[in-house]
Amino acid sequence: MKLTGAQILLEGLKREGVEVVFGYPGGAVLNVYDEIFKENFKHILVRHEQGAVHAADGYARSSGKVGVCLVTSGPGGTNTVTGIATAYMDSVPLVVFSGQVPTPLIGNDAFQEADIVGITRSCTKHNYLVKDVKELPRIIGEAFYIAKSGRPGPVLVDLPKDVMLDSGNVSFPENVSVRGYHPTYEGHSYQIERALQLIYKAKRPIIYAGGGVILSNASKELTDFTKILNFPITMTLMGLGAFPVTEPLALGMLGMHGTFSANMAISESDLVIAIGARFDDRVTGKIEEFAPHARIIHIDIDPTSISKNIKVDIPIVGDCKRVLTVLLKEMEGHEDETERVKGRVAPWLEQIEKWRNKHALAYELEDAIKPQYVVEKIGELTGGNAIIATEVGQNQMWAAQFYKFTKPRTFLTSGGLGTMGYGLPAAIGAQVAHPDATVIDIAGDGSIQMNIQEMATAVQYNLPVNIVILNNSYLGMVRQWQELFFDRRYAYTCMENIAPDFVKLAEAYGALGFRVEKMKEVVPTLKKAFKAKRPAIIDVVVEKFEGVYPMVPAGASLKQMLLV
Amino acid sequence: MRHTLSVLVENEFGVLSRVASLFSARGFNIESLCVAETLDPSLSLMTIVTRGDEMIMEQITKQLNKLINVIKVTDLSEKKFVDRELVLVKVKATKTNRAEILRIVDIFRGKVVDVSLKTLSIEITGDDGKISAMIELLRPLGIREIVRTGKIAMLRAVK
Repeated sequence: MKLTGAQILLEGLKREGVEVVFGYPGGAVLNVYDEIFKENFKHILVRHEQGAVHAADGYARSSGKVGVCLVTSGPGGTNTVTGIATAYMDSVPLVVFSGQVPTPLIGNDAFQEADIVGITRSCTKHNYLVKDVKELPRIIGEAFYIAKSGRPGPVLVDLPKDVMLDSGNVSFPENVSVRGYHPTYEGHSYQIERALQLIYKAKRPIIYAGGGVILSNASKELTDFTKILNFPITMTLMGLGAFPVTEPLALGMLGMHGTFSANMAISESDLVIAIGARFDDRVTGKIEEFAPHARIIHIDIDPTSISKNIKVDIPIVGDCKRVLTVLLKEMEGHEDETERVKGRVAPWLEQIEKWRNKHALAYELEDAIKPQYVVEKIGELTGGNAIIATEVGQNQMWAAQFYKFTKPRTFLTSGGLGTMGYGLPAAIGAQVAHPDATVIDIAGDGSIQMNIQEMATAVQYNLPVNIVILNNSYLGMVRQWQELFFDRRYAYTCMENIAPDFVKLAEAYGALGFRVEKMKEVVPTLKKAFKAKRPAIIDVVVEKFEGVYPMVPAGASLKQMLLV
Repeated sequence: MRHTLSVLVENEFGVLSRVASLFSARGFNIESLCVAETLDPSLSLMTIVTRGDEMIMEQITKQLNKLINVIKVTDLSEKKFVDRELVLVKVKATKTNRAEILRIVDIFRGKVVDVSLKTLSIEITGDDGKISAMIELLRPLGIREIVRTGKIAMLRAVK
């Protein structure tokens, strides 16, 4: 059939099962927007292209589907870069369609021209410039396939205006095959066998689970594996939700702001089973002193993650879900060995319990509202059933520490890139994917101002996102570092008296605004806001100088924790 | 240690840039890089000379393989291979040393490709050892300009 480029694009989106596009129109994508209009395709108009990418990212993380964006050329494309880099670091499947000037003008410094394929080369899993309308069906198929398969990631497709206008007789290929791209899903059976031998010999094992478990939908397998072996488990920031943190075997997060028990346990362990995690510097601390007595089993779908930062004893390249399934299957019929290792590990669990009791995550209640208290109350009021997005900094770490994550895909946070301004648009995207869920952005007074314009998006589509600002009038995490390592010289981190009135701001956007200044107002106000089912800002004035603890100073070993 | 990698890639625009930016973004170094079409016009072959310990080489190989347009990566240094480089050298030639230059060219089986009143331009192919030996001999005579292709390499056939 003869279709224009723009029609092919719409047809491609439908074939890929895309339900919604997050975008912002402009000159170079007018033809595509015209098709969207004619077809009445679901489109969420954001207020800044960065917001479009984060919203698609929140949609993808919370639903497991591919998030899709559409932006115009030049600044439209360059505004997506932070969002794309965020998704790339955290392996989120996205397809970003960017407009481009007509092909004869490419390279001429035309109006709203930017070499977006060049610019995004190092922060996409792959990208394309479509030069001929005939290539479009194949490229759309490849883009979605590459974005969601293997280790997921963002793919950008640049669409010159003339290609969108051009028409051609095209057919969509039935199957996608990319010559140089063949992800490994099945773990090597010999390595799995060796891993099992180490597992059965362990005395002080620990499971270290990351975001890969969530990406491969392996939470159930991970939970079974952990419980059958009765091994302790710690999770990375990205892994929270993979295993219920409420279970006795869960030690919470490890790393820079990890729990005392998790950091002590991994440091003293004799076997680390890393599953879908990548030994990030925020997790390992000083790499030479990370798990010094341990043999390491590493399960990951991305071969480059293995032995990148730390030498691994047993590498298993494969999909977490499939490898865990094989491990569970192999363990059947070895019940006696499982029992034996459980017995051997019992004293280790006792030791961990002692660490846990010695320094549990805690804070002191005082007159001023403690941010940790607010996060705890959010957890209690929602029964742990909310989808939590965060900004970056102290708000993010307190959310990770004090909200009890029990389900995968309920925690949306920019772990790798650490993008302030991620939370609100991500929450909007998650609310689009889950219209009935309670979606909360736990924010700071600094971060929220980085993409505050998306309030308008939430209001326009009546997406009842609740933004809880833990307002300490500081860029708190940076201030915490200045306090500890720069003799309290608070260079440009104080926002006191220069922040907007967040209640008025919410109201100006047509949302609800609340301000909480007293401890006893916290719960009633949160309740009221959650009940209203409208976009809302709850501005909670919290203790200014509260810090995030424990803390491992950058470059120190995990055992060198600052506890208060 | 120095490694010679043979990288088979799709012959498309942007592939060279993907490979080059991978090296620069991750702080790997490139000593030389050669690229041209293969017998199959849809593919190109890159010969990359780089340096790194075992862990870095493992990363370089894996990261290259991760690029969608890369079909195959072979570390030739683990095997027996032949490598060659072509070099053009412009040497200052005076009445007195012209004969000596020609003698050196002859010894190394090079070729004179351009002559002027003041210079001789020489073409030479060979492996590292041969090329640096010749350059060392020519250096005291006055090298005006030198252009090198970078190394190309091929596995030896199994005998």
